[in-house]
Amino acid sequence: MSFRYDAAVAARDVDVALEIERGETLALLGPNGAGKSTVLAVAAGLLRPDSARVELDGRPLTVSGAGRRAVHVPPHDRQIALLSQEPLLFPHLSVLDNVAFGPRSRGASRAAARATARHWLAEVGVEELADRRPAQVSGGQAQRAAVARALAADPGLLLLDEPMAALDVAVTPDLRRTLRRVLADRTVLLVTHDALDALVLADRVAVLEGGRVVDHGETARVLSQPRSRFTAQLAGLNMVTGTWQDGAVRTASGLRLEGMPDGDPQPGDAVVAVFPPRAVSVFREPPGGSPRNVLRVTPTQLEPHAGQVRVRTAELSADITPQAAAELDLAPGARVCFVVKAAEITVYAV
Amino acid sequence: MSSSPGRVGVPAWIVVPAVAGAAFVLLPLVAIVLRTPWSRFLDLLLSPASADALALSLRTSATSTVLCVLLGVPMALVLARTSFRGQGVLRSLVLLPLVLPPVVGGIALLYTFGRRGLLGRTFEVLGVQVAFSTTAVVLAQTFVALPFLVVSLEGALRTAGQRYEVVAATLGASPTTVFCRVTLPLVLPGLVSGAVLAFARSLGEFGATITFAGSLQGVTRTLPLEIYVRRETDAPAAVALSLVLVVVAVLVIGLTRQGRTGP
Repeated sequence: MSFRYDAAVAARDVDVALEIERGETLALLGPNGAGKSTVLAVAAGLLRPDSARVELDGRPLTVSGAGRRAVHVPPHDRQIALLSQEPLLFPHLSVLDNVAFGPRSRGASRAAARATARHWLAEVGVEELADRRPAQVSGGQAQRAAVARALAADPGLLLLDEPMAALDVAVTPDLRRTLRRVLADRTVLLVTHDALDALVLADRVAVLEGGRVVDHGETARVLSQPRSRFTAQLAGLNMVTGTWQDGAVRTASGLRLEGMPDGDPQPGDAVVAVFPPRAVSVFREPPGGSPRNVLRVTPTQLEPHAGQVRVRTAELSADITPQAAAELDLAPGARVCFVVKAAEITVYAV
Repeated sequence: MSSSPGRVGVPAWIVVPAVAGAAFVLLPLVAIVLRTPWSRFLDLLLSPASADALALSLRTSATSTVLCVLLGVPMALVLARTSFRGQGVLRSLVLLPLVLPPVVGGIALLYTFGRRGLLGRTFEVLGVQVAFSTTAVVLAQTFVALPFLVVSLEGALRTAGQRYEVVAATLGASPTTVFCRVTLPLVLPGLVSGAVLAFARSLGEFGATITFAGSLQGVTRTLPLEIYVRRETDAPAAVALSLVLVVVAVLVIGLTRQGRTGP
């Protein structure tokens, strides 16, 4: 029981095969123009591919191509809901009636649909907005309501099209956490170009480039050992995996990293500490008396990066100024210390 | 309208022809107001012939507006939301009454619904005589007014786009549900302004009506026909009735402007 997708759209040169098990979230990562939207459009039944076999829980939704009896289930009959960048709440309905729209369309009574809607609004934490008009809520609140609306339709598959791309960065961590909670046992195809979304929300990742899947596997593997240029750029973010112990990340090698937890991890939870290369300072000797995180590393490579010097080790990277690089007399193979402030490290449960 | 800070000024001399043009449009309206016999205004308006014409005009225009909505909404939807071969040509032909002289429209209707017309026989078998009846007035008005509603609504549909409709469909709404609960509410301002335009065009219809329906008091003589008939025999009455149509026109402009600037 799952979502199986294999479709080619010749006009856009997109030929992709995917499978999502029931209850699993697959992140589809890729640069603009890689064909992510095409995959979503075919899955939602908005675009007819040249040759395809798309099925959900064993039910053929789109079948086309030579020698096959063509099937095209219309969008409203697919049990596939779409959540896009913009909330697109119907402006003439209250927030509550927006969320009740799916159940109503599937034949629920008005009272039952509204009860379902209230449940989902509470689930995403905006129940107090039920009677407002979409024009009277903020972008982040509207997107929460849009999440509730998609879930209230009880889809067999939920398509998320960069659900946080249009939002203020201040509200994305909260929404990401909410999504992580409500999507936990749902079958989800998440399109994103943000590695963090994939890291926090997805079980597996497929990387799309030029209309083809170029890398595919467990989220942690794809992001830590990128096999495509695009994921390599994404993975510019430093990610250190470990477990949550005594308010810090304890890595397998015994290192202790302090950071700001995103959410409320419990001791023993698998977590990942994420920090950008620009948050890393590089020293020859550990700076004394400071409670900061110190990582002893051996640079393998120095390269120019956006006017700075990117110092790479096997797993981490740091961006420092050319002057600092010269003063440190950095060279590959010499041991140095990477120092990161706890405030610069975000810890996510995975 | 707010003036944008980066706007380049217009040449000063251009104000002169602009004012002249505005005066050209507004002065005749002022003339009507000045010549209106205010002391006898109500008497003129309520004289049997005037009252008949006014009632007939309101009745037929309301009916033809309803017909325009019933036929025009599906037409606009098909033009805006589907694509098929020859759609462009069809759109142009359907909108022809916008530019066709109304008299020609009347002749065309006569040879379609008249006794010897294309469909005349069919109607005769059914025991209905269309030409020179109130029905003919409604048909003539619908013929000339329909394109106004279709153009206005098709524009509103295209502006609204299909994004909300796509969301509604993926939430499980059938095409009919999407149409009733999403599409129509979203384009309601466009539909209202289109209907108001169609009503105004129906109210002012003259050429097609007099050709296809004739001018029989209480049956086919609408307000514009009454004004035309009266202008030689009873000029003050013609002016008073004209003022009624001017007021309606001003109201229509106000209503459609509101529809356009609304949400």
